[in-house]
Amino acid sequence: MTPLADADSSAGLPGETSESRAAELWGRALHAAALLAIEPAALGGVWLRAAAGPVRERWLALLETLLPVDRPRRRIPLNIPDERLLGGLDLAATLQAGRPVAQRGVLAEADGGVVTLAMAERVPAATATRLAQVLDRGEVQVARDGIEAHLSARFGVIALDESGNGDEPPASVLTERLGVVLSLEGLLPSTCTLPPLEELRGWQRDIVSARIRWRHTHADDEALQALVATAAALGVDSPRASLAALNLARMAAALDGRDAVDGEDCTLAARLVIAPRATRLPPQHTDESPPEPPPEPPQDQDPPSEPDPPDNDAEQLPDKPLEDTVLEAAQAAIPAGLLAMLQASLALGRTRSGGKSGATQTNYRRGRPAGSRRGSLRPGVRLNVIDTLRNAAPWQPLRRREAMASGRSPARVLIRADDFQVTRYQQRSETTTLFVVDASGSAALHRLAEAKGAVELLLADCYVRRDRVALMAFRGAGCELMLPPTRSLTRAKRALAGLPGGGGTPMASAIEAAQQLYERLSRKGDSVVVVLLTDGRANLDRNGRPGRAQAEEDALAAARRARVSGMACVLVDTSSQPAAHGQRLAAELGALYQPLPYADPRALSARIGASVAALAG
Amino acid sequence: MTYAFPFSAIVGQDDMKQALLLAALDPSIGGVLVLGDRGTGKSTAVRALAAILPPIKVVQGCTYNCDPTAKGVACPACAAAAAGGSKLKSVEKPVPVVDLPLGATEDRVVGALDLERALTAGEKAFEPGLLARANRGFLYVDEVNLLEDHLVDLLIDVAASGQNVVEREGLSIRHPARFVLVGSGNPEEGELRPQLLDRFGLSLDVRTPTDLAQRIEVIKRRDAFERDPQTFMAAWKDADAAICDGLAKARKRLEKLEVPDAVLEAAARLCTRLGTDGLRGELTLMRAARARAALDGARSVTVKHLRAVAPMVLRHRLRRDPLDETGSGVRVERAIAELFDREVAAS
Repeated sequence: MTPLADADSSAGLPGETSESRAAELWGRALHAAALLAIEPAALGGVWLRAAAGPVRERWLALLETLLPVDRPRRRIPLNIPDERLLGGLDLAATLQAGRPVAQRGVLAEADGGVVTLAMAERVPAATATRLAQVLDRGEVQVARDGIEAHLSARFGVIALDESGNGDEPPASVLTERLGVVLSLEGLLPSTCTLPPLEELRGWQRDIVSARIRWRHTHADDEALQALVATAAALGVDSPRASLAALNLARMAAALDGRDAVDGEDCTLAARLVIAPRATRLPPQHTDESPPEPPPEPPQDQDPPSEPDPPDNDAEQLPDKPLEDTVLEAAQAAIPAGLLAMLQASLALGRTRSGGKSGATQTNYRRGRPAGSRRGSLRPGVRLNVIDTLRNAAPWQPLRRREAMASGRSPARVLIRADDFQVTRYQQRSETTTLFVVDASGSAALHRLAEAKGAVELLLADCYVRRDRVALMAFRGAGCELMLPPTRSLTRAKRALAGLPGGGGTPMASAIEAAQQLYERLSRKGDSVVVVLLTDGRANLDRNGRPGRAQAEEDALAAARRARVSGMACVLVDTSSQPAAHGQRLAAELGALYQPLPYADPRALSARIGASVAALAG
Repeated sequence: MTYAFPFSAIVGQDDMKQALLLAALDPSIGGVLVLGDRGTGKSTAVRALAAILPPIKVVQGCTYNCDPTAKGVACPACAAAAAGGSKLKSVEKPVPVVDLPLGATEDRVVGALDLERALTAGEKAFEPGLLARANRGFLYVDEVNLLEDHLVDLLIDVAASGQNVVEREGLSIRHPARFVLVGSGNPEEGELRPQLLDRFGLSLDVRTPTDLAQRIEVIKRRDAFERDPQTFMAAWKDADAAICDGLAKARKRLEKLEVPDAVLEAAARLCTRLGTDGLRGELTLMRAARARAALDGARSVTVKHLRAVAPMVLRHRLRRDPLDETGSGVRVERAIAELFDREVAAS
């Protein structure tokens, strides 16, 4: 038995101190490094959750030592351009050689080795997805800058995730493909020592022989069943996790010099691959159910605390099915707080993912530069001179020859419209405040003038924050867009001043119209908050027919639909005495409710401003 | 050499396999959009297609895979050759399944001037791009919702016209680019633009199998494939060949199959009931039902075939009702049940 396996067999003794648990975690992390070094590509890599510091450095240094010298190591910086990541045309070499010379990207260069992804939690979704595609195919398909090639690229990714518990984790499209999940959080440098060099030499020899043998290691149906059932019980749905666990179990057996996977290997695989991805706890056992994790894990320096199931059961109860043993071990390795985090994210109504294509959009005017694309010089676009020149460069000899042939003496650099590259910008999404003002008779009777005053103040506030505003008014026949989204305060004020009052209150149509505009703007990437100013008394139904009962029913139904669509809303009750109508409507809209305090538009403006800011996040 | 996992060895996911076969049988159905859980074999299924599609006849040496027997649409070279009265030599070739990777630049998608020849020989020559290679085959975009906007616009345009027009460096090239667009993605990564959604004839929502035995089988086969691809491929060769054979026979049947008026009427009623906009839904429904009948080896198209394909044809064409939390697929099923089962009971 290699020294590697020791760390695990000492696990899970009852009454252990947090120190011994930390030692166990570190021991497992060392074991994981050795397994990764066998063949990084077969595991996809490691999702390493740890703050920058000596512990992480030590672990990375170990992996570096264990990985054979001839394997390439590459590092991917945060905002790596596609031509470096995937490859493309090597312009300098091309010009020098007088024929196209392809440049290999970082991923193709890393073939057979590892790539380190620093600050993985900050890596843009685009980069993460490209990486994921290459991991899937084991090759880079280059289709860029006149180059087409398929280059072998089988590597493991070391994703350094410093997000801790608070931030958004790295894109799931990537983490899903990284077999091993390690958390070094909370481990102290004093616990985490590396084995002496001569011992590591022994590990290196074991790794070399495991590399040759692991694919031929036998895994029986029981082992396979145990891993897949564990994944299923913990809600780990993607087959990629089970497959990585199976590979890891094989490697563990090979590293230990065995020809077949045993229970220990499966337990280790479940702990390193499956448990950290758990999305639920397994259904309770009837007898001697393993204790639940404590409901409130103490927020101290302790490493992720584990419940104390008897996970050295394998020896004590040999007739227990492997499946149960593995599941229990995996359950014990679920990091504390993981399930709480999961539930919180479910409560927010969205799963965490890397991509947010709805929240950002590229246009050609504002924001952070995000590369360039071929384009024509229209007003409002910015020419990217460097990329244009780069584009034109390879064609110079051809063009010069053409110019000579037609008897013209060529200019020094021949640039054509086809070369033009315009800068693309990644725009931060804008905040738009959409005012929907009730201008009907009932509201006008009450304090339309005051409402206008409040809106004007809000407008001024929006203007200061460079938000956009839009204004809709509803009365009589329906709802009208008085002012499409704009930054112009003057236009907004004029629209508001010219707002006539009187007529019925088509509340349902107004809410529907607001929702439509809300959805349209949201799709464009804006974050939108609707401010609805009304007394809440509908008297025209959806089809514009008078009748209070039907009108109110329609209004509430429209409000429910708007809420489900996710419309963020503030309802300002403009009736002289805040009444049940407005409150009920606000409740159905899921809106913040603000009664208009008598004759104090300024206070109202401040309060709505705060609400809008809170909703727009 | 990378091997593609055999189509016949994919466990479950019958809807996805069915949709790809239907689109392969009758490309006019339009593309296939596969959304759903990670690790459900979306890419695997698409990449496996090349091996099970009956080979096509193409003009020898033609990069655009021109059909030697077709009249009309042909690439500039084949058109010139045909006009010159020379006989086009035909060869058999597997159906192209072309990957459009994220990070591809526009010049390699639509085609551009051949850099090599420009630099070495000083010649202007057009080098066809991915669209040319995908002609008469499949163009696959993985993570289609992350494709850059300008490439999406381009795909929409070419998919609609069936032609790729390139104007560059004084070259003016127009070549056929008819392909079945297959997109896959995870809805969590972002919504698809409605215009693009509309281009897909069929759409599917794939889920991880919940059955433990099936899950184990998925891992088992994948593991066997990765450890020894050659042996695994050999073991599934016959099953793949049987699918290929079935497709070839179905294609012959398809030409003769008529869609009876009763089925057309049922299609129209279903679309009206679900409130799908436009005629595209009805047309696709008819074509998909016919392809399904051909695949089943049926003598005529019946309402049964229509029912089988309706969810994948109509799912993405429904107007969204945020209050109805049931999935669109369920709504289609419900409408079908209401519309047809009642009739069956009445008659």
